[in-house]
Amino acid sequence: MVEVLGKEEHEGMEAVGGEGKVVKWLAEIPADEYVLKGNSACAGCTAMIALRYALKASRATGRKTLLLVGACCMVVCEGVYPNTAYNVPTLDTAFACTASMASGVEAALKSFGRRDVNVIAFAGDGGTVDIGIQALSGAVERGHNFLYVCYDNEAYCNTGMQRSGATPPCARTTTTPGGKREKKKDVPRIMAAHGIPYVATACPSYPIDLYEKFKRAFSIEGPKYIHILTPCPVSWRFPTSKGVEMGKLAVRTGMWTLYEVEHGVFRLSPPSRRVVLRGDVVPVEKYLRAQGRFNGITDEEVERIQKMVYQELEWFKEAAARRKLW
Amino acid sequence: MQEEEVFVTGNEAVARAVKLAKPNVIAAYPITPQTEIVEVLARYVESGELKSEYIHVESEHSAMAACIGAASMGARVFTATSSHGFLYMCEMIFWASIARLPIVMANVNRALGPGWNIWADLKDAMSHRDAGWIQFYTASVQEAYDTTLMAFRIAEDQRVMLPTMVNLEGFVLSHVMQPLRLVDEAEYDRFLPPVRIPHALNFERPHTLGTLISPEHNYLVQYDNNRCMRAADDVIAEVEREFERMSGRRYGAVMKYRCDDAETLVIAMGTLAKEAEVACDSLREKGEKIGVLRLRQLRPFPKAFLEEVKRLTAERFIIIDRAYSSGYGGILAEEVKAKLYDLGLKKEVKSIIAGLGGQDVPHEALEKMFMDKRGGEVWFGV
Amino acid sequence: MVWSMSESDEGKHEIEIRIHSRGGQGGVTAAKMLAVAASLEGKYSTAFSIYGAERRGSPTASFTRISNREIRKYSQIRKPDCVIVMDPTIASVVDVTEGLKPGGKLLINVGNNSTDLERFRDYEVYAVDATRVSLRFDLKVAGIPVLNVPMVGAAARLGIISLDSAKQAILKVLGGGSVVTSLARYAGTTALDGTESLPSTMRKNLMAAELAYKETKRLNGSG
Repeated sequence: MVEVLGKEEHEGMEAVGGEGKVVKWLAEIPADEYVLKGNSACAGCTAMIALRYALKASRATGRKTLLLVGACCMVVCEGVYPNTAYNVPTLDTAFACTASMASGVEAALKSFGRRDVNVIAFAGDGGTVDIGIQALSGAVERGHNFLYVCYDNEAYCNTGMQRSGATPPCARTTTTPGGKREKKKDVPRIMAAHGIPYVATACPSYPIDLYEKFKRAFSIEGPKYIHILTPCPVSWRFPTSKGVEMGKLAVRTGMWTLYEVEHGVFRLSPPSRRVVLRGDVVPVEKYLRAQGRFNGITDEEVERIQKMVYQELEWFKEAAARRKLW
Repeated sequence: MQEEEVFVTGNEAVARAVKLAKPNVIAAYPITPQTEIVEVLARYVESGELKSEYIHVESEHSAMAACIGAASMGARVFTATSSHGFLYMCEMIFWASIARLPIVMANVNRALGPGWNIWADLKDAMSHRDAGWIQFYTASVQEAYDTTLMAFRIAEDQRVMLPTMVNLEGFVLSHVMQPLRLVDEAEYDRFLPPVRIPHALNFERPHTLGTLISPEHNYLVQYDNNRCMRAADDVIAEVEREFERMSGRRYGAVMKYRCDDAETLVIAMGTLAKEAEVACDSLREKGEKIGVLRLRQLRPFPKAFLEEVKRLTAERFIIIDRAYSSGYGGILAEEVKAKLYDLGLKKEVKSIIAGLGGQDVPHEALEKMFMDKRGGEVWFGV
Repeated sequence: MVWSMSESDEGKHEIEIRIHSRGGQGGVTAAKMLAVAASLEGKYSTAFSIYGAERRGSPTASFTRISNREIRKYSQIRKPDCVIVMDPTIASVVDVTEGLKPGGKLLINVGNNSTDLERFRDYEVYAVDATRVSLRFDLKVAGIPVLNVPMVGAAARLGIISLDSAKQAILKVLGGGSVVTSLARYAGTTALDGTESLPSTMRKNLMAAELAYKETKRLNGSG
């Protein structure tokens, strides 16, 4: 694993933000923290990196932040009443309604004439891909001005890793002890099909890319959607020190592709360009064998997933060539 | 002041009341027989007569969630629903009351499927009597309007801060057209102060709403909820008195009709209680000493009811329910019986289950059932 | 002839009207117009309909209750004092006199049908060709003759409401939006002022109501 990642150490600091014209460095990201010390995130949690960068990026816009958190790990991370670890006004929501509660928040702000607030709805894959997809679809269709972030740890990890629609094939969860048989539901593309102004995928292993995508989203009026793969050391069963590496492996193997769809224009993000366009693909087996959740996976299954990845990469290659999705 | 009168349906009356209350946000999803409320409100918003943010939610669950989101920001909000829609938002109904948000909702009572039935039935609302909402049951177009006007003031009272539900029965009240006297806008503006939700989110001193709460604290939240629900009983009476000063129309938690010397007391809610009054008049002419006590408020269960029951001398109680608890009994009947026990009163109680799924209950039939001296539970038509 | 509506006169302080029409013909609006007209005369009234199964073109029924005290009945009307048949073809498929009290009033739009009215001889029968009246003033909605306006005009012949209040009610209901009546109605002023300034379609509606009123004939008994 280390040998694969070694040469890509500084990948996240590559030119991003379009056709390689803008250079951003980690040092330019605000040092302010809105997730406070003492929060109860697990060691090595990558979802927390995503939330931290979302709040930092929101701060950088000069506007206020209003955070909604679906029923997910990020609620638990706040701590227990009367304490909270989030230093922005935060509304915790029921499972299915992160997007619809955000609709109400946004409408109230509109009614008060406030245009200086970034509304961020933050929910996990269960709350987005499964139980919350109706509310999400409705909210983005109505055109509310908010950013919906799905942090995807590919299962109901908050409750001990049960299968979700975002679980990849062959992953062992407590409700798929023999491995999931079906594919992962592709919500970013479902969101893109809604024709909303901004859809992106991201991964905290590429923090500048992630940060820039948040900032891009905040600069756009209307519904925005960012889907972030957040490797979970506890549920995926890998060492807590390897979260960033695991995310990079997901991207380098093509298990997760980073891109943006802005006003219908598809754009591969730099870390995925070499994978998709130059075919510089790390075999998927490296990714699968590094995680306990794929324990017992057969060679045939690995082969099947590898095939699936190649098909996906082909789609992304075509999309990159076509540029306009709608 | 020039008092105006219009001739409208119960639904339109509710919409007109909401217009006066000027909610910041309306989250609306149509469902028969409530749809007219959200349609009329949509017209008001479209024409600019009402400056609300109107969210065309994709479901009732989202309707209540959006109301909760908006109210958590300190907004005045309104939604309307019925039947399946009501149950679809069930999770959020409880959420709203535990979150102590003064959301006002009109619920047009309708039966539940399967077997699609769009007609009046109180099971939707009564199955949620424990949801922590103030619940009103209205019995005329005017009352639906007046109660909606009062609901905002009651819900938003600092001593209450609880969601409030105004029930009107599907079709028999939602779609019947009656004359409606309107309240003057300027007067209502004085009656209903701007909304202030003390725990709403703000940017000056950020806090979190709804985080994990341990067993050391959760029961205190629930206790507080109950304390305010009980306080609401007095607040409602106070608001009703003030409403009377403004409109000249008097309401109370219980509305008595020829009760004082009654030997038989009929207890009912909504339009069935009005129909019972007609039966009562007829029986009075035949020499029967009978009266009708209409319960306008199911939650908080009114102290006024207990006081009246203590004071009245009737020995025979007939309780009409348009909803029942399967394997137990008429919901109102059982509640009344429990309260009689509290009061140490032993009465002869007859429970009538009538009007389910829009079953037509004419006053002649009620008269017959009232005269039938048998006690126990009777299902009209069975 | 105005029906007694005194409270002491038990059973007569309330008038229940059933209107037969087909879905889309404006039966509910007719019920509303009658109720508004009664309201203009200082009476209590409610209007409602049978809901649920109504489909365009299918037979439907609407109702008006008029009383001199608050109306507390929300049950269906099963024994009307008066039946109004708006659609000339409906009497052959629906028992329009079902529940009609003996001696009750029956107002029928006979259209150009040769409706056998003899079978209604137990009732006080009034007939009018409202379809012709409507067509004469070119009152159509979506190509269908408007029947509720002439029938409400004709209903004034039954003595339940006056022609003046019928016309005023038509004006208010067709005026769109909500029907605003002033509480000044209790002073009994129902005169129509300024009809000449009304839009022409509104004037035509009022003329149709008036013509239907004039052309309505009582077929049996006196009156």
